[in-house]
Amino acid sequence: MGLVLLVVIWLITLISTYIFIAKVWWLPVGASAAAAGIDHHFTTTFILMGIVFVAAQLALGWFAWKYRDRGPASQAAHYSHGNTTLEAIWTVLTIILFIGLNLASESIWATERFEAAKPDAVQVEVTSMQFAWYFRYPGPDGKFGATRPELEDASLGSAGALGLDSTDPASKDDVVSGVMVVPVNREVEVILRSHDVIHSFFIPAMRFKQDAVPGLAIHMHFTPIQTGEFELACAELCGLGHYKMHGIVKVVSDSEFKQWLAAREAEKQ
Amino acid sequence: MTTHEPHAHVAPQGFIRKYVFSLDHKVIGLQYFFLALVAVFTGMFLSLLMRIHLIWPTASIPLFGDIKPEQYLSLLTMHGTIMVFFVLTTAPQGGFGNYFLPIQIGAPDMAFPVLNMLSFWTTFLGFVVLLAAFFVTGGAPLHGWTGYAPLSALPSAGPGEGLGADLWIISIAIFCIGALMGALNFITTTLDMRAKGMTLMRMPLTCWAWFITAILGLLAFGVLLSAGILLLMDRNLGTSFFVPLSTVNGILTGHKGGSPLLWQHLFWFFGHPEVYIAILPAMGLCSQLLSVFSRKPIFGYKAMVYAILSIGFLGFMVWGHHMFMSGMSPYTAFAFSIMTMGIGVPSAIKTFNWLGTLWRGRLRLASPMLFAIGFVSLFVTGGISGPFLAQPVLDIYLHETYFVIAHFHLIMGVASIFGIFAATYYWFPKMFGRMMNEPLAKLHFWLTFIGAYCIFMPMHYSGMAGQLRRYSQGTEVAWIKELTPIQVFITFAAFVTIASQFIFLFNLFWSMKKGKEASDNPWEATTLEWTTATPPPHDNFGGKTPVVYNGPYEYSVPGAPRDFVMQSDAPVEAKH
Repeated sequence: MGLVLLVVIWLITLISTYIFIAKVWWLPVGASAAAAGIDHHFTTTFILMGIVFVAAQLALGWFAWKYRDRGPASQAAHYSHGNTTLEAIWTVLTIILFIGLNLASESIWATERFEAAKPDAVQVEVTSMQFAWYFRYPGPDGKFGATRPELEDASLGSAGALGLDSTDPASKDDVVSGVMVVPVNREVEVILRSHDVIHSFFIPAMRFKQDAVPGLAIHMHFTPIQTGEFELACAELCGLGHYKMHGIVKVVSDSEFKQWLAAREAEKQ
Repeated sequence: MTTHEPHAHVAPQGFIRKYVFSLDHKVIGLQYFFLALVAVFTGMFLSLLMRIHLIWPTASIPLFGDIKPEQYLSLLTMHGTIMVFFVLTTAPQGGFGNYFLPIQIGAPDMAFPVLNMLSFWTTFLGFVVLLAAFFVTGGAPLHGWTGYAPLSALPSAGPGEGLGADLWIISIAIFCIGALMGALNFITTTLDMRAKGMTLMRMPLTCWAWFITAILGLLAFGVLLSAGILLLMDRNLGTSFFVPLSTVNGILTGHKGGSPLLWQHLFWFFGHPEVYIAILPAMGLCSQLLSVFSRKPIFGYKAMVYAILSIGFLGFMVWGHHMFMSGMSPYTAFAFSIMTMGIGVPSAIKTFNWLGTLWRGRLRLASPMLFAIGFVSLFVTGGISGPFLAQPVLDIYLHETYFVIAHFHLIMGVASIFGIFAATYYWFPKMFGRMMNEPLAKLHFWLTFIGAYCIFMPMHYSGMAGQLRRYSQGTEVAWIKELTPIQVFITFAAFVTIASQFIFLFNLFWSMKKGKEASDNPWEATTLEWTTATPPPHDNFGGKTPVVYNGPYEYSVPGAPRDFVMQSDAPVEAKH
């Protein structure tokens, strides 16, 4: 029985570790400025935790076999209540490992979340509701027009879905889109809102996730560094259509972005 | 010292007083155990339906029909609620804790037998109310076991958010009341009813775990109860604790000024200690079993006690790690993250000490020991994904993915369940006077151990690839669709694992009638429950009060007549 335990525990450990290391499944290729740092820290954590995982499981399997009761042939168990020096050593080592790992990652967190977006960032207001995303750009005036909950009416198109107040002069040039279009290599400031319940704005390739909470306007930022289309999806349970609440972020060159925005402005007039 | 009423020592004769409204902690413990047994098979059946729906979305289930997306969400809500409250909180604490805490500390019963009976029947009522949610108009709620507001606060937010959601909240509120009564009883019993010589530092680690779990319960369930009442008021009395100015489908909800994050803070202030409420008893039990079946004292008894204490203490300071992406201040995320990494330290100490206990032991690999070793393996596997999720930087990507599902199922789900299995195989002889069938127990262990890994290990991979949880179908989002093969594998692994649980069920009931008769101390263990008759008499020790002279883990003491010295034996001086 001890040998079976050793074989099973070792096999489970080695097979699962192999699938991790071979990267059969892994994070998608990063496409934002923060992705490299986050992925690097993920790998560091992965290696350190992987060593702990393999060492503990191998030891467990080994002990189960090595110290099994072999009848009269085996020695009596070692009478010991522990070892304070050993306890102290592994307590200190664990503290250093865990707290050190944590501190190593805090500068990335600070860059991502403590600092506000740069003044020249492209502003996009992301509004979520059961079960759709709307993206609003402030237009040439740089100001988002007022929205009013009582004006919300999705049958009037995307501006209607947001409840955009057409009497507000700042709303005249606002562009509302069902697709998120942003320029490459420029910071994007996302202003997250929700009309009804909590949703979460998740773009895996950008290593970006943030809940959209009704009653709050949450400011976040990320910088796409690669052009292309990236899928986004809702990451917070929001109701029966949660599984199909997804969308597209299109990262384009700066000139294409300006053209696209100008075309949408022109459509509006 | 004795808050215990003398009349409770006289065994009742009538069926109702003996088995239904019993004041005997042993009967109440069994009642909790069987309630949890019904609950765990119910919760498992719900997860089976979910697994089937995930890979065959259009499949029609016999007697159930098609599973619609909202029904999938109801299934996951009820699965989580049943498993967390009525299994993981009920069996280890209410079940085994109730049965064995008084006996292990040498007491004739719990401190408050009537309160004990009330707490069981309150919990039972909570379970009935929860199940009722399936049968009302709109069905069971779809807001997940965490019940995030406003989804849980607005009947218009989805099917199941009507009466079903009210019943869900009422059920949890009832459960909280039962758990609070239970917690008071456990704390008082541990502090006041210990036998002569049973000092705190001679208590078995199981008792330490039940004691600290009870303190966690006392502090946590009160908060959840209050939060539940506020949520009911938001839903039915027009208050706005958790709902801001908002619309559903463009229609104003009539609420304004509330904070959805307030619910999350209150919920997780309960929710995180709840994780430890589920796992601490299993930790205590597996410490116990590793020592008994290694024939060796536990490695670092004091360190184990301090680890339980610090886990309990730190457990109340880490709730914010569930909320890194919620819109909570990113500065607080830093503090919660450090505290969370900190709680990994006592958990790691326990793991080291478990390995240290096995080291140079003489391992008897009977079924309780197999489950205890399995527990350590699962605890390590579930534990090492913790430091990923505890770091906000990594949680940005991993939050709400299957990586999280893998993490908490392994550590608080499967590891705790392994604790329950180990406890069942270990204490069955004392509870029912017969041994469980050992070959069947071993078969059950191998299938469950390998099966659990086949189910939950792949969830790490799909989570790293970005698979989101609580998606009724993976067909809409391109990157999730690619992960279907993993889900297929998991579903088939679940079929086998679920089927093998019927081996356990069969063994349990078969052994009650046909099992080999058990001696009073079949495992040659040292704690007080093995000094009394099998099954124990109504007052536990047949009119005698045990006196304790030894620590709980005196195995293989050099110079002792046999390889274990019971707690009530005359003290033996170790000869080196």
